[in-house]
Amino acid sequence: MRIGVVTFPGSLDDRDAQRAVRLAGAEPVALWHGDHDLHGVDALILPGGFSYGDYLRAGAIASLSPIMTEVIAAANQGMPVLGICNGFQMLTEAHLLEGGLIRNERGTFICRDQQLRVENTDSAWTSGFAAGAEITIPLKNGEGSFMASAETLARLEGEGRVVARYLGVNPNGSLNDIAGISNARGNVVGLMPHPEHAVEAGFGPDTAEAMASGIDGLTFFTSVIAHTLVAA
Amino acid sequence: MPTNVSTIVVEVMPKAELLDPQGKAVAGALGRLGQNRFTSVRVGKRFEITVDGPADAAALAAVAELADTVLSNAVIEDVVGIHVVETETVA
Repeated sequence: MRIGVVTFPGSLDDRDAQRAVRLAGAEPVALWHGDHDLHGVDALILPGGFSYGDYLRAGAIASLSPIMTEVIAAANQGMPVLGICNGFQMLTEAHLLEGGLIRNERGTFICRDQQLRVENTDSAWTSGFAAGAEITIPLKNGEGSFMASAETLARLEGEGRVVARYLGVNPNGSLNDIAGISNARGNVVGLMPHPEHAVEAGFGPDTAEAMASGIDGLTFFTSVIAHTLVAA
Repeated sequence: MPTNVSTIVVEVMPKAELLDPQGKAVAGALGRLGQNRFTSVRVGKRFEITVDGPADAAALAAVAELADTVLSNAVIEDVVGIHVVETETVA
Protein backbone atom coordinates (compact mmCIF):
# COMPACT_ATOMS: atom_id res chain seq x y z
CA MET A 1 0.00 0.00 0.00
CA ARG A 2 1.26 3.47 -0.95
CA ILE A 3 0.33 6.56 1.08
CA GLY A 4 1.06 10.01 -0.31
CA VAL A 5 2.22 12.85 1.93
CA VAL A 6 1.82 16.28 0.34
CA THR A 7 4.53 18.86 0.99
CA PHE A 8 3.42 22.50 0.85
CA PRO A 9 5.62 25.60 1.27
CA GLY A 10 5.92 25.75 5.06
CA SER A 11 5.04 22.12 5.80
CA LEU A 12 7.01 20.90 8.84
CA ASP A 13 5.80 17.40 9.61
CA ASP A 14 5.83 15.88 6.15
CA ARG A 15 8.94 13.82 6.88
CA ASP A 16 7.52 12.67 10.22
CA ALA A 17 4.30 11.62 8.48
CA GLN A 18 6.33 9.67 5.89
CA ARG A 19 8.22 7.98 8.72
CA ALA A 20 4.96 7.09 10.47
CA VAL A 21 3.65 5.53 7.26
CA ARG A 22 6.85 3.48 6.93
CA LEU A 23 6.73 2.31 10.57
CA ALA A 24 3.09 1.31 10.12
CA GLY A 25 4.08 -0.91 7.20
CA ALA A 26 3.14 1.06 4.10
CA GLU A 27 5.22 2.84 1.49
CA PRO A 28 5.31 6.64 1.85
CA VAL A 29 5.18 8.66 -1.38
CA ALA A 30 6.32 12.28 -1.30
CA LEU A 31 3.88 14.50 -3.23
CA TRP A 32 4.37 18.14 -4.20
CA HIS A 33 1.77 20.89 -3.80
CA GLY A 34 2.50 22.36 -7.23
CA ASP A 35 1.84 19.14 -9.15
CA HIS A 36 -1.42 17.81 -10.52
CA ASP A 37 -0.40 14.21 -9.85
CA LEU A 38 -1.15 11.85 -6.95
CA HIS A 39 1.25 9.19 -8.37
CA GLY A 40 -1.36 6.47 -7.96
CA VAL A 41 -1.37 6.45 -4.14
CA ASP A 42 -4.02 4.62 -2.14
CA ALA A 43 -4.40 7.21 0.63
CA LEU A 44 -3.28 10.76 1.37
CA ILE A 45 -1.92 12.74 4.30
CA LEU A 46 -1.90 16.53 4.48
CA PRO A 47 0.78 17.17 7.11
CA GLY A 48 1.23 19.75 9.83
CA GLY A 49 3.20 22.97 9.60
CA PHE A 50 2.56 26.57 8.73
CA SER A 51 1.89 26.55 5.01
CA TYR A 52 2.28 30.02 3.51
CA GLY A 53 3.08 31.30 7.00
CA ASP A 54 -0.59 30.91 7.99
CA TYR A 55 -1.18 34.08 5.93
CA LEU A 56 -4.81 34.93 5.13
CA ARG A 57 -6.06 32.09 7.38
CA ALA A 58 -4.29 28.92 8.51
CA GLY A 59 -4.45 26.45 5.60
CA ALA A 60 -6.37 28.81 3.34
CA ILE A 61 -3.77 29.45 0.65
CA ALA A 62 -2.57 25.82 0.64
CA SER A 63 -6.18 24.70 0.12
CA LEU A 64 -6.04 26.50 -3.24
CA SER A 65 -2.83 24.70 -4.35
CA PRO A 66 -2.74 22.90 -7.72
CA ILE A 67 -2.62 19.42 -6.13
CA MET A 68 -5.75 20.16 -4.08
CA THR A 69 -7.83 19.72 -7.25
CA GLU A 70 -6.76 16.06 -7.30
CA VAL A 71 -6.95 15.70 -3.51
CA ILE A 72 -10.55 16.95 -3.44
CA ALA A 73 -11.57 14.73 -6.36
CA ALA A 74 -9.96 11.66 -4.76
CA ALA A 75 -11.52 12.41 -1.36
CA ASN A 76 -14.93 12.73 -2.97
CA GLN A 77 -14.41 9.31 -4.59
CA GLY A 78 -13.68 7.76 -1.19
CA MET A 79 -9.88 7.79 -0.94
CA PRO A 80 -8.77 7.97 2.72
CA VAL A 81 -7.40 11.44 3.50
CA LEU A 82 -5.95 12.46 6.88
CA GLY A 83 -5.29 16.12 7.64
CA ILE A 84 -3.11 16.70 10.67
CA CYS A 85 -3.06 20.14 12.32
CA ASN A 86 -2.36 22.47 9.38
CA GLY A 87 -3.72 19.67 7.18
CA PHE A 88 -6.98 19.72 9.19
CA GLN A 89 -7.14 23.47 8.64
CA MET A 90 -6.65 22.89 4.88
CA LEU A 91 -9.46 20.30 4.81
CA THR A 92 -11.90 22.77 6.38
CA GLU A 93 -10.78 25.51 3.99
CA ALA A 94 -11.24 23.10 1.07
CA HIS A 95 -14.77 22.28 2.37
CA LEU A 96 -13.92 18.59 2.67
CA LEU A 97 -14.65 18.92 6.38
CA GLU A 98 -17.13 21.19 8.11
CA GLY A 99 -16.37 23.84 10.70
CA GLY A 100 -13.21 25.89 11.06
CA LEU A 101 -10.23 26.40 13.34
CA ILE A 102 -9.53 29.71 15.06
CA ARG A 103 -6.86 31.02 17.39
CA ASN A 104 -6.62 29.24 20.74
CA GLU A 105 -8.92 30.65 23.39
CA ARG A 106 -6.11 31.97 25.57
CA GLY A 107 -4.11 33.23 22.60
CA THR A 108 -1.06 31.10 23.32
CA PHE A 109 0.67 28.42 21.26
CA ILE A 110 0.22 25.08 23.02
CA CYS A 111 2.73 22.24 22.84
CA ARG A 112 2.17 19.28 25.13
CA ASP A 113 1.31 15.61 25.23
CA GLN A 114 -2.47 15.50 25.06
CA GLN A 115 -4.84 12.83 26.25
CA LEU A 116 -7.71 12.10 23.86
CA ARG A 117 -10.67 9.77 23.73
CA VAL A 118 -11.26 8.12 20.35
CA GLU A 119 -15.00 8.58 19.81
CA ASN A 120 -15.47 7.11 16.36
CA THR A 121 -13.85 3.84 15.34
CA ASP A 122 -15.65 3.56 11.98
CA SER A 123 -13.50 6.03 10.05
CA ALA A 124 -10.77 4.90 7.68
CA TRP A 125 -8.13 6.23 10.08
CA THR A 126 -9.51 5.05 13.45
CA SER A 127 -10.90 1.58 12.73
CA GLY A 128 -8.05 -0.08 14.64
CA PHE A 129 -8.90 1.56 17.96
CA ALA A 130 -11.17 0.05 20.59
CA ALA A 131 -14.32 2.16 21.05
CA GLY A 132 -13.67 4.86 23.63
CA ALA A 133 -9.91 4.22 23.67
CA GLU A 134 -7.96 6.80 25.68
CA ILE A 135 -4.71 7.72 23.99
CA THR A 136 -1.91 10.29 24.36
CA ILE A 137 -0.29 12.03 21.40
CA PRO A 138 1.40 15.45 21.06
CA LEU A 139 -0.64 18.59 20.48
CA LYS A 140 1.13 21.68 19.12
CA ASN A 141 -0.73 24.57 17.56
CA GLY A 142 -1.72 28.19 17.88
CA GLU A 143 -4.99 27.99 15.97
CA GLY A 144 -6.65 24.78 17.06
CA SER A 145 -9.94 25.95 18.46
CA PHE A 146 -12.65 24.10 16.53
CA MET A 147 -15.68 26.23 15.69
CA ALA A 148 -18.90 25.41 13.85
CA SER A 149 -22.44 26.71 13.78
CA ALA A 150 -24.84 25.19 16.32
CA GLU A 151 -26.56 23.37 13.47
CA THR A 152 -23.32 21.90 12.08
CA LEU A 153 -22.17 20.92 15.56
CA ALA A 154 -25.46 19.12 16.24
CA ARG A 155 -25.13 17.26 12.92
CA LEU A 156 -21.51 16.23 13.61
CA GLU A 157 -22.47 14.95 17.05
CA GLY A 158 -25.70 13.33 15.85
CA GLU A 159 -23.92 11.44 13.06
CA GLY A 160 -21.08 10.34 15.34
CA ARG A 161 -18.54 12.26 13.28
CA VAL A 162 -16.49 13.52 16.21
CA VAL A 163 -13.46 11.27 15.83
CA ALA A 164 -11.53 12.33 18.94
CA ARG A 165 -12.16 14.56 21.93
CA TYR A 166 -9.76 16.24 24.36
CA LEU A 167 -9.72 14.73 27.84
CA GLY A 168 -9.05 16.86 30.90
CA VAL A 169 -8.85 20.62 30.56
CA ASN A 170 -9.89 21.81 27.10
CA PRO A 171 -6.58 23.11 25.69
CA ASN A 172 -7.84 25.65 23.17
CA GLY A 173 -11.54 26.41 23.51
CA SER A 174 -12.70 23.89 20.90
CA LEU A 175 -16.47 23.45 20.95
CA ASN A 176 -17.50 20.19 22.67
CA ASP A 177 -13.76 19.48 23.30
CA ILE A 178 -13.46 18.41 19.65
CA ALA A 179 -9.95 17.35 18.59
CA GLY A 180 -10.90 15.74 15.29
CA ILE A 181 -13.84 15.08 12.97
CA SER A 182 -14.62 13.08 9.86
CA ASN A 183 -16.75 13.61 6.78
CA ALA A 184 -20.04 11.74 6.43
CA ARG A 185 -18.43 8.89 4.50
CA GLY A 186 -15.66 8.45 7.08
CA ASN A 187 -12.77 8.52 4.61
CA VAL A 188 -11.69 12.09 5.35
CA VAL A 189 -10.46 12.81 8.89
CA GLY A 190 -9.00 15.99 10.36
CA LEU A 191 -7.07 15.98 13.64
CA MET A 192 -5.46 18.87 15.49
CA PRO A 193 -3.08 16.70 17.56
CA HIS A 194 -0.20 14.85 15.91
CA PRO A 195 -0.34 11.03 15.72
CA GLU A 196 2.82 10.98 13.57
CA HIS A 197 4.88 12.08 16.59
CA ALA A 198 3.86 9.03 18.63
CA VAL A 199 4.78 6.06 16.44
CA GLU A 200 8.12 4.75 17.73
CA ALA A 201 9.20 3.85 21.26
CA GLY A 202 11.94 6.20 22.42
CA PHE A 203 10.53 9.15 20.48
CA GLY A 204 6.93 9.43 21.71
CA PRO A 205 5.12 10.80 24.76
CA ASP A 206 6.05 9.50 28.21
CA THR A 207 3.93 6.66 29.55
CA ALA A 208 3.57 5.03 32.94
CA GLU A 209 5.90 2.28 31.74
CA ALA A 210 8.82 4.27 30.36
CA MET A 211 9.91 7.69 29.19
CA ALA A 212 9.08 8.55 25.57
CA SER A 213 7.61 5.12 24.95
CA GLY A 214 4.15 6.20 23.74
CA ILE A 215 3.13 4.92 20.31
CA ASP A 216 -0.62 5.58 20.44
CA GLY A 217 -0.43 7.49 17.15
CA LEU A 218 0.64 4.46 15.15
CA THR A 219 -2.89 3.03 15.14
CA PHE A 220 -4.15 5.86 12.88
CA PHE A 221 -1.74 4.66 10.20
CA THR A 222 -2.18 0.92 10.72
CA SER A 223 -5.96 1.52 10.65
CA VAL A 224 -5.90 2.95 7.15
CA ILE A 225 -3.72 0.08 5.92
CA ALA A 226 -6.15 -2.51 7.35
CA HIS A 227 -9.13 -0.50 6.09
CA THR A 228 -7.73 -0.38 2.55
CA LEU A 229 -6.86 -4.09 2.51
CA VAL A 230 -10.42 -4.92 3.61
CA ALA A 231 -11.85 -2.63 0.94
CA ALA A 232 -9.65 -4.11 -1.80
CA MET B 1 0.24 58.39 -20.93
CA PRO B 2 -1.32 58.30 -17.44
CA THR B 3 -3.29 55.26 -16.35
CA ASN B 4 -6.00 55.15 -13.74
CA VAL B 5 -5.59 52.76 -10.83
CA SER B 6 -8.50 52.04 -8.50
CA THR B 7 -8.35 50.47 -5.08
CA ILE B 8 -11.13 48.25 -3.78
CA VAL B 9 -11.13 47.73 -0.03
CA VAL B 10 -12.52 44.55 1.54
CA GLU B 11 -13.00 44.42 5.31
CA VAL B 12 -13.34 41.11 7.13
CA MET B 13 -14.10 40.62 10.83
CA PRO B 14 -14.25 37.53 13.03
CA LYS B 15 -17.87 36.55 13.58
CA ALA B 16 -19.39 38.50 16.46
CA GLU B 17 -20.48 35.37 18.30
CA LEU B 18 -17.00 33.82 18.26
CA LEU B 19 -14.26 34.60 20.72
CA ASP B 20 -11.63 36.94 19.28
CA PRO B 21 -8.53 36.06 21.33
CA GLN B 22 -6.44 38.62 19.41
CA GLY B 23 -8.91 41.41 20.24
CA LYS B 24 -9.06 40.28 23.85
CA ALA B 25 -5.25 40.43 24.13
CA VAL B 26 -5.22 43.97 22.71
CA ALA B 27 -8.05 45.01 25.03
CA GLY B 28 -6.04 43.67 27.96
CA ALA B 29 -3.03 45.77 26.92
CA LEU B 30 -5.19 48.90 26.67
CA GLY B 31 -6.47 48.24 30.17
CA ARG B 32 -2.91 47.94 31.47
CA LEU B 33 -2.17 51.35 29.91
CA GLY B 34 -4.94 52.82 32.01
CA GLN B 35 -7.32 53.20 29.06
CA ASN B 36 -10.26 51.84 30.96
CA ARG B 37 -13.01 53.63 29.08
CA PHE B 38 -12.72 51.16 26.15
CA THR B 39 -14.78 48.11 26.89
CA SER B 40 -13.68 45.80 24.09
CA VAL B 41 -11.49 45.47 21.00
CA ARG B 42 -12.04 43.25 17.98
CA VAL B 43 -9.34 42.77 15.35
CA GLY B 44 -10.16 42.14 11.70
CA LYS B 45 -8.52 42.41 8.31
CA ARG B 46 -8.48 44.99 5.56
CA PHE B 47 -7.53 44.00 2.02
CA GLU B 48 -6.63 46.66 -0.56
CA ILE B 49 -7.01 45.31 -4.07
CA THR B 50 -5.87 47.45 -6.95
CA VAL B 51 -7.22 47.26 -10.44
CA ASP B 52 -6.12 49.05 -13.59
CA GLY B 53 -8.74 51.49 -14.73
CA PRO B 54 -11.99 52.25 -12.96
CA ALA B 55 -13.47 49.94 -10.33
CA ASP B 56 -16.46 49.14 -12.49
CA ALA B 57 -19.40 46.89 -11.68
CA ALA B 58 -17.62 43.83 -13.10
CA ALA B 59 -14.53 44.42 -10.95
CA LEU B 60 -16.66 44.97 -7.85
CA ALA B 61 -18.67 41.83 -8.57
CA ALA B 62 -15.46 39.81 -8.97
CA VAL B 63 -14.09 41.18 -5.71
CA ALA B 64 -17.37 40.47 -3.92
CA GLU B 65 -17.16 36.86 -5.11
CA LEU B 66 -13.52 36.56 -3.98
CA ALA B 67 -14.36 38.21 -0.65
CA ASP B 68 -16.83 35.42 0.08
CA THR B 69 -14.79 32.51 -1.28
CA VAL B 70 -11.12 33.33 -0.66
CA LEU B 71 -10.65 36.44 1.48
CA SER B 72 -13.01 35.23 4.20
CA ASN B 73 -14.18 31.92 5.62
CA ALA B 74 -17.92 32.13 6.31
CA VAL B 75 -17.64 29.61 9.14
CA ILE B 76 -15.56 31.97 11.27
CA GLU B 77 -15.66 35.40 9.58
CA ASP B 78 -17.98 37.97 8.03
CA VAL B 79 -17.27 40.34 5.15
CA VAL B 80 -18.35 43.65 6.69
CA GLY B 81 -17.56 46.05 3.88
CA ILE B 82 -16.50 46.39 0.27
CA HIS B 83 -15.87 49.85 -1.13
CA VAL B 84 -13.72 51.82 -3.53
CA VAL B 85 -11.41 54.16 -1.65
CA GLU B 86 -9.45 55.99 -4.25
CA THR B 87 -8.71 56.37 -7.88
CA GLU B 88 -5.21 57.61 -8.46
CA THR B 89 -3.45 58.54 -11.63
CA VAL B 90 -0.04 56.96 -12.22
CA ALA B 91 2.07 58.89 -14.69
